[in-house]
Amino acid sequence: MVDLTVKIGALTLKNPVMTASGTFGYGPEYADFFDVAQLGGIIVKGTTADAREGNPYPRMAETPSGMLNAVGLQNKGVDWFCSHIYPSIKDIDTNIIVNVSGSTVEKYVECAAKIAALDAVPAIELNISCPNVKEGGMAFGVTAKGAFEVVEAVRKVYPKTLIVKLSPNVTDIASIARAVEYAGADAVSLINTVLGMAVDAERQRPVLSTVTGGLSGPCIKPIALRMVWQTAKAVRIPVIGMGGIASAADAVEFMLAGATAVEIGTANFIDPAVSAKVITGLSDYAGRHGIAQICELTGALRV
Amino acid sequence: MTKYNRIFRVADNRRPSPGYSLIRLQSDESLPPMVPGQFVSVRVDGVQHTFLRRPFSIHNVDADDRALELLIQVVGEGSARIAALQPGDSVDMIFPLGNGFTTDIAPASEVLLTGGGAGIAPLLFLGKELRQRGIVPTFLLGGRSAANLIRMDAFEAVGRLCCTTEDGSMGERGFVTQHSILQDRRFDFIYTCGPRPMMAAVAAYARRTGSPCEVSLENTMACGIGACLCCVEDTRQGHQCVCTAGPVFNIEQLKW
Repeated sequence: MVDLTVKIGALTLKNPVMTASGTFGYGPEYADFFDVAQLGGIIVKGTTADAREGNPYPRMAETPSGMLNAVGLQNKGVDWFCSHIYPSIKDIDTNIIVNVSGSTVEKYVECAAKIAALDAVPAIELNISCPNVKEGGMAFGVTAKGAFEVVEAVRKVYPKTLIVKLSPNVTDIASIARAVEYAGADAVSLINTVLGMAVDAERQRPVLSTVTGGLSGPCIKPIALRMVWQTAKAVRIPVIGMGGIASAADAVEFMLAGATAVEIGTANFIDPAVSAKVITGLSDYAGRHGIAQICELTGALRV
Repeated sequence: MTKYNRIFRVADNRRPSPGYSLIRLQSDESLPPMVPGQFVSVRVDGVQHTFLRRPFSIHNVDADDRALELLIQVVGEGSARIAALQPGDSVDMIFPLGNGFTTDIAPASEVLLTGGGAGIAPLLFLGKELRQRGIVPTFLLGGRSAANLIRMDAFEAVGRLCCTTEDGSMGERGFVTQHSILQDRRFDFIYTCGPRPMMAAVAAYARRTGSPCEVSLENTMACGIGACLCCVEDTRQGHQCVCTAGPVFNIEQLKW
């Protein structure tokens, strides 16, 4: 029997497989396809202090081995989440983690403080890397100073496990990760989407209403692996890896590169039960390789 | 409504016209209840430039044979791949998705089911359902030319059939909204599915005559189950997912 548990800050995950924010709704959307309580964690849709309508349609463009999105953090705001969504998901027997976004430091703090009051939410994932919101998100995540400021402010009001989601749209992700660690983050997760663009040649117009959007899917996996590798060497806190994971082998690759846990995102759209298959596959892999505890894989890459 | 992810087998694949495919998919298990207007999403493997599932309206259901039919127009690599499937091939499908058309209406109502291109697909299933409720539907189908008007025999077997073509090669020349059957006439209910400008013209006609009207939208989707928020329509209630709040909307919900 393989021990699949991993630790992220004060959290114990029953296995290293979580679902990425924005790809899994709040969890119940996938309940027809598998028991979502099997997951190590569910990172729910990005939540902001105030309601957001998101960007105009079209918000999605398919690309080879991936897709671009420009949803723009559509959500009904943290108060709606607390009153209408939280009650229906709080009893799911896994770690419910809320992805928190904002446009100013004050808004991040306001949102995080409200989520902190929810007993059944043991962690937040602070999103300083959304490429689709003009006034915020990624603006904090692309400089070490900006990242430090927002994490430090949220740390003061958020006593539970604080994960910070990093942007790949930077020159040196390791320096951002170090700044975030120094500001008190318990873990970092990466990568968010890669800034990209799609053009409709026939219409001679951009496909997305916002012109640019965030690229996800298997096409970004090599970039994500490289950044997880660089980040894991630069910080002491756990790294949660994501970017194009669609199989147990992909998850193993991220763990070998230094990830303690992984998030599955875009693959949920193609196979809604993919996460359950990854969990089973990790167990099989460990059995095949004589690994007693899955956490032994973290950073075990032989270079 | 419970959603299923199941493997179907291609029982038959016919070409009603160049660029179209009528695929019959069979399941080993009995089918769950499905209503007209709902859709399925089909996984597409082995194609270089596509990645996501493809959504298709349910064209016809044969519950006794555990089969459903999809009417597919080839528009890109993904639909081409699906249209090329051979009998015996397996198909990974998530179904049934979204909400259907309103079918709970008075018997003997005068109803219009109008569509164009592959948008006619859900109207056959809808027409059959209405027929079972004692309503003889009027189909008004439009296409660029006769080659785009497919499955006419199937529609004719279910209700009254009228058609238009832009080049006049079949039925009346023009768009569906120019058809003479709409002159001096009010329908008790209008359903439409097809290209957006066509649906907008039908919606305008319905508003003029004061008829309730439902449209089926096909905004580009990623997940099909309300998780990604990509396929939103800007409705009077704000951005709503076409895959879960629709694909069928009453025109009163829309801003057009």
